[in-house]
Formats: sequence, C-alpha cells, structure tokens
Amino acid sequence: MANLDNDYLKYPKRSYGMDHDRYDWTMLQNRKAILWPNGKKIALWVNVGLQFFPLNQKGIPFKVPGGMTKPYPDLRHYSLRDYGNRVGIYRFLKAFDTYNITPTFAMNTRLAERIPYLVSTIKERGNEIMCHGFNMDELHYGGQDISEETALVEKALDGLRRLTDQEIIGWMSPAKNESENTPDILAAHGIQYFCDWVNDDMPYDFKTKNGNLIAMPLPTELEDYFIINNNLHSAEDWADQVEDAFEFLLQESEVGGGRILGLNIHPWVLGQPHRIQYLERVLEKFGSHPGVWTTSASGIADAWKNQQ
Amino acid sequence: MKEDPGYYEYWSYENRPKITWPNGAKLAFWVAPNIEFYELNPPNNPFRKPWPQPSPALPGYTSRDWGNRVGHTRQMQLLDKYGIRGAVSLSAALCDHHPEIIELCKERNWEFFSHGIYNTRYTYGMTEAQEREMIKDSIETIYKHTGQKCAGYLAPALSHSENTLDLFAEVGTELFGDEAGFYSCDLFHDDQPTPIHLRSGKRFASIPYSLEMNDTIAYLVQKITPRRYGKELKDNFDRLYAEGAESGTIMCIPTHNYQVSNAHRIKAYEEALEYITGHSDVWVTTGKEIAQYFLDNYYDTALADIETKKKQYGKLG
Repeated sequence: MANLDNDYLKYPKRSYGMDHDRYDWTMLQNRKAILWPNGKKIALWVNVGLQFFPLNQKGIPFKVPGGMTKPYPDLRHYSLRDYGNRVGIYRFLKAFDTYNITPTFAMNTRLAERIPYLVSTIKERGNEIMCHGFNMDELHYGGQDISEETALVEKALDGLRRLTDQEIIGWMSPAKNESENTPDILAAHGIQYFCDWVNDDMPYDFKTKNGNLIAMPLPTELEDYFIINNNLHSAEDWADQVEDAFEFLLQESEVGGGRILGLNIHPWVLGQPHRIQYLERVLEKFGSHPGVWTTSASGIADAWKNQQ
Repeated sequence: MKEDPGYYEYWSYENRPKITWPNGAKLAFWVAPNIEFYELNPPNNPFRKPWPQPSPALPGYTSRDWGNRVGHTRQMQLLDKYGIRGAVSLSAALCDHHPEIIELCKERNWEFFSHGIYNTRYTYGMTEAQEREMIKDSIETIYKHTGQKCAGYLAPALSHSENTLDLFAEVGTELFGDEAGFYSCDLFHDDQPTPIHLRSGKRFASIPYSLEMNDTIAYLVQKITPRRYGKELKDNFDRLYAEGAESGTIMCIPTHNYQVSNAHRIKAYEEALEYITGHSDVWVTTGKEIAQYFLDNYYDTALADIETKKKQYGKLG
C-alpha cells in the first residue's frame, strides 16, 4: 500500500463546534421550545416535488437519483416520471382537498415552462411554490464555477417568478446537493429559506455572505422516493413509517415544544393507482387530528422566526 | 498480504467449556451507540472515498450531523428508561467538537471506547508509526475528556491494517498497563468472546459487536423496514438467549443515532429493548465489563480448550 502523507494525521478544524462556519453547533434539546399557533403540536409540511427529468441527461457531476439510468433514449424512466405530472398530481390534489391539507410545491422551473396548465392550476389554488432548481439534471455541486452557478440560479428564479407571479422565497436544490457557494448565491437572490441541509428537526439560522437563510428540516429518509424506490419498501410500509414518526414527534412535543412532520413526496411515486390509498390514509389521519397544524413551508418558517 | 489474519484459532461453537455470566445470566446484552464526527471536507485517502459527491457532500454529511444535533438524546432517553448503559464507540475528535454530548454520556456512567479520531480518516495507507500515533491520540483524548482508560477498539469506519489489534493493545499497555487496550470489536466470527493472539502475548479478547444487528447495516445496506429491524433484534435475542442456557452468549446492538433515532425508526427499536430487558436471565452490561469478566474467569479455560482440541484434531492448514 502506498503510504499517506503525515498531513493525514493533522486536524486543523478539530476544535469546538462545527468544522465549517455555516451555522452554530447546538443540540435540539437545549433550545427553547417553539409553540405553534392555537396550541397545535405538529406542523405538517407536505412538500410535493414537481420535477422535470430531461431525456438528454448529462449527469454532471453525478446522475441525479430518480433520473435516467439506461442508454439514450431512456423512455421508461422519462415517461414514468412524466406520469406524475400528467396523472399522479391530480390524485394528490384531490386527496389534499378531501382531507383539508395545505401542500407546498417544489417546482423545477423547466417544468413550469413546459406545463402552463399545471402552473395555472396551482396558482388558482393559491398554494406556495418554492424553486426546486432549473431541472433535475442541472445540479449544484462542489467545484462548480460560481458565475455559471449564479447564472443557473438566476435563470431558475427569474423564470419561476415570472411564470407563477409568486415571490418565490424557498429553495430546494435538485438531489439536495450544493456547491460551496450555493447558500451565498441563494441569499443574494431573495431566497429566505432552503431545505437542502437535513441535519435538524427544527429550523435554524444558516449563515451566508449575504445574510442568514433559514434552514428548514425536510427529512430525506422519510421521503416516498427514499423508502419506496431506494429501500424497496411498499407504500403501506411508507405509511407505517410516517405514522410511527408522527406518534413519536407528538410524544416528544409534549416536553420539547412544537415539532415538524416534513413529508417530501412525488406524484410519480405515490401518485400511482396502487399507492395513492396509502397517502390518503396518512392525510386522513393527520387532517382530522386535533394536534396538527397543516400549513406551508413559509408558514412554519415565519412562526419559528417570530419566536427567535 | 496474508491468507488469514492469524488472530484466532478455529474453535467450534459446540462442546466449548461452559460460560455463566454474573448472577447466572444466560446472555450478556450490550448496546454500543456510535458517536461519530464525519468531516465536511476530509483529506483524500487513495484507498477509500469518504463521500460519493464532490465536497460539500450534503446528503451524507447532513444526515450524520443530524445524529449529533437531534439523535443522541433520543436514544439516551430510551437507554435510561430500560436501565442500559451505553458503551460508546467514539470518534475521539467529537470530544473537541461537541463536549456537551460527552458530558451527557459521562453523567450516565457510560463506557467510551476508541473508534479513531474522525470517521472520515481511514487506516488504509497508514504506516505502522502513523496508525500507532492515531490510536494513541484517540486513547489519550478519551482519557483527557472522560478520565477513562480506554479498553476497547473499533477501527474508524472499520478500516484496518494487518497490525491494528496489536497496535491498539500495545498503546494501551504503554499508557495504562493492563487496564487499557484489552478488547476489540473488529471481528465478527463468533457469538462468544474469543482469546486473540497478539505479537505481544497480551491477554486480549474479541467481543461480539454484530454487524448483522448494526442499524446502519440494516437500514442502509439491507434497507429493511424499521418494524422488520425490530423483529430481527427480537429474533436474534430469542435464539441467543435459548442457546445461552448451554453456555453464555452475547448480544450486541451497535447503533448510529442518525439512523436508529429517526422519528420513524425509534419506536421499533424501543419495542426490542423493552422485550430484551424484560427477560430475567439477561446481564445488561457494557463491552468492557464483558471483556474483563471473560479475561478474569474464562480466558484461561478457553485457551486450554483450544490447545487440547488443536492437539486432538491437528492444526489448521
């Protein structure tokens, strides 16, 4: 084996707190309790990914999870993702209305450009839209040229603001991946909260060169995609895990203050005919639960911010 | 490179001298929470890439940071509830970064054992001197922050050299004599303790730590559901508990708070802990206590039995 340089045993960042300066080190249990409006215990954040996976995927610097995997043209994955935006999403919308759930939509700008009907439908409903990057193949990644990334963020945000007539203050990067500069660029372009750092169960202040962002907790490991497509569990197993999480958070909220149940879901996954009933099952339970506050991502971020 | 690490002899599970744990217990049960620090931008190691994406690799880093910010205290509450003291597999640098977590473990009289400095610094490619220095740093850091003389080792990210166990035992002796460096969690060949051959001849044991019951293996490699994991823990316990009537067995649950303490997973884990600790003939203990008990009471009879069988059946190979 080739030997390592002695620098491998040097640890320049081995000191109190984090090994970077983006946020302060704190433990959830040591923070003051957050109270949700009307004594609610759980803020339910249903976050729907509306995504465009281009057929001519570049995969730079990696293939986005959920993207094309076969040689071009990968019609099977392209069209199955498209299914969500044509069919699955309308099953979602019906379920949200039936069970009085307020969703938030994380939308790729390219999708908004391609499907004015869907944009119009969501605008009419009045739900919040956050930017999910330009499309699922335009990744933000370490080593990316800063001017190239800035142009990408501008293209994504300008386009989505124009097409939706919304302010667009929230962001989720494709694959929740970033460069070293992404948070600085986002803060300079009117973004107030983002959901790429899955390192907490509550919002926290995230420092950038252009003022703080609010980091919002949207757990990857409870996503429909992660549980069903990555772990290969059934949709019923997804619902069981979501309900177990809910019961646990409800219990923890008794001593720790308000908690957030963040469900990041995708119409091409749970919008399938054999899966939709399991989304309906959990929405029915939460929609009628007296401890649940169903609201948008920015509704949760505002409530948190007002108590800091 | 060797065909066989040479740490232990073949020794059949049947017909071994009987082990009885304290108070006649049939099974020694221990929980090993890994309390780790993964770096956002670790140096390159030519033999293993720390993260799949170019730095900053958010998916992996942020999930592990979640374990430190949120997860640990959730599992602590559970272990308190069921009277279990954790034996912490510790990234020693966490003492510097997050001393609050160390304090919470100290308040509970938990054991700390070495899991290297960071879980993003691998043993691969280290010279013997470098690995010795890394191990020494970890044992000294644990002593400085906790006052404990580190008894056990689990190599960082399970990255080993041919000398890992020898070096750990030797550094333990150099610093604290026989009080440190006397067991390893790095080998998965048995459900009972095993005497380990070292070049120093030190009395040293391998203590079962179980990759199979490890939450990260269950959730990230096998990708099983939380309820299935809870069932596997109970099934593992049932069999080892039954066999423990013949000769004492060990069950270990190695955990990672970024996995097991997720809101959607912790209930299944709690049900297993409640089930296991609800049995009468279970010694709820730590890795160090098991190793010490074995070395004091059964190490010599184990060695003699291994020697006898070797003479009777001939040597391996």
